Amino acid sequence: MNKIVIENLTLEYSDGTESLTNVSLDIVSNATTVLFGPAGGGKSSLLRCLNRLNDLADVESVSGKILLDGENILDPKMDVIALRRKVGMVFARPVVLPFTIRGNLTYGLELAGEKRKSRHDEAVERSLKLAALWDEVHDRLDEPAIALSGGQQQRLCLARSLALEPEVILLDEPTSGLDPISTSKVEDALDELKKQYTVILVPHSVQQAARTSDFAAFFLQGKLIEYAPDTEIFTTPKDQRTEDYVMGRFG
Amino acid sequence: MNNFFTKNRELTEKLGFSLLTLMTLMTVIPIIATVIYIIAQGAPAISWEFITGFPRDGMREGGILPAIIGTFYLTLGTAIFSVPLGIAAAIYLSEYAPENKATRLIRLAIINLAGIPSVVYGLFGLGLFVLFLKFGTSMLAASLTLSIMTLPVIISTTEEALRAVPQSFRTVSISLGGTRWQTIRRTVLPQALPGIITGVILGLERAAGETAPILFTGAAFFLPRLPHSPFDATMALPYHLFVISTQVPEMPIQIQYGTALVLLVFVLGMNIIATLIRSRARAKRQW
Repeated sequence: MNKIVIENLTLEYSDGTESLTNVSLDIVSNATTVLFGPAGGGKSSLLRCLNRLNDLADVESVSGKILLDGENILDPKMDVIALRRKVGMVFARPVVLPFTIRGNLTYGLELAGEKRKSRHDEAVERSLKLAALWDEVHDRLDEPAIALSGGQQQRLCLARSLALEPEVILLDEPTSGLDPISTSKVEDALDELKKQYTVILVPHSVQQAARTSDFAAFFLQGKLIEYAPDTEIFTTPKDQRTEDYVMGRFG
Repeated sequence: MNNFFTKNRELTEKLGFSLLTLMTLMTVIPIIATVIYIIAQGAPAISWEFITGFPRDGMREGGILPAIIGTFYLTLGTAIFSVPLGIAAAIYLSEYAPENKATRLIRLAIINLAGIPSVVYGLFGLGLFVLFLKFGTSMLAASLTLSIMTLPVIISTTEEALRAVPQSFRTVSISLGGTRWQTIRRTVLPQALPGIITGVILGLERAAGETAPILFTGAAFFLPRLPHSPFDATMALPYHLFVISTQVPEMPIQIQYGTALVLLVFVLGMNIIATLIRSRARAKRQW
């Protein structure tokens, strides 16, 4: 089933950097879709359109449609606050807020006006378990989050998004600053997550793209070059440019 | 030959280092000397009566209570007007204002306002608050004048403190479904608060020590009682010091230095509080 349908999305920034040209893409629910390609290809921009975080950037123009469950999220009347609760995001660098571990996890709920402690506790435990962090931190939830290691911080950021029970999770190179062990923990967590959520990932390498994806989209200079189930795109790519990139001939 | 150059370089290094040390000392010594001198000269005047009594015998005897209370009131009044306004303006400039010509113009104006001599503020306050708005020579007019003088300091230090909070905190908060105001209120402001408090105190401290802005707007030469309403004029430490140092013949010198010492303690005390807040916050900061 298609969770997100992107139709002819074109985006330009005022400074002329990284843009998107006429991108159309269907994103399937309960699967991991990776957006990969060389830097500056528009992957992050696309990701940031999906929760309208691009509203904060200097966008010159956007056209086309992004339908989430049939609703165009680019509509000016869209409730972006509700959208961002529905579409969670994890950034490349783990940014823990200057609160306790618990404080980070309940932050989004508090913003949404959820004050009940029972709901907070429930969300903390559920999201930490989903992000495979519960065993490591359950006995020190009230310590500053900054005391965690880099890998733990990134899983905390993942858990923080999950605490809001989103439907879609966007991850922008979530393991780019992590060691291999932490990376595999995050990837394992993602593998579990896709059972319940729609996961959209910008991987930090082709290898990670191949490891994690159910569907993969190859972007080059703002254009979607090829989109296919993962086995196809990494074994028998149709486009020469995809093949060159996957084989490591450029990038 | 080689040895000669090596030696020479060491000598230059030593010389340069000594010169820098000397120059640093030259900046510190006058400050320390001033403080020590004022303490030495003023301490004998300090007594319970001096702090809590009214001036007697044409101010040549007795205490300086009305001036102490006056300066306290004026500082408080200045805080009431300038702190909310200054912080609000800084939040607007740092978090909401678009980066365009108008914003740049406002910033430029604020920077330049900070450079205006305080006597000019005094004259402006006289024209606007005392005469035009008919507040009279009053604590209200003086506080408002001091507020205008203090605002640029509070705005620019607060803006700096807000900008020091990492942009990524804002992005994360927004991505978790926060509105802009929720983000400021729950994440940005608490993190910037120590810096804001420091800036506010430094601004108020300057207001507490100023003479020129209150000269025409609210300061009284001598009052037999404490001010009762914002529309009363008041005595104030810096102006009192000016008066007893220049306007009163046969003034005992220890009363002058005693007054200076009290003003110094008042201002230095605020400064120390600001420094403590800053260093404690720095130790606790998580970014």
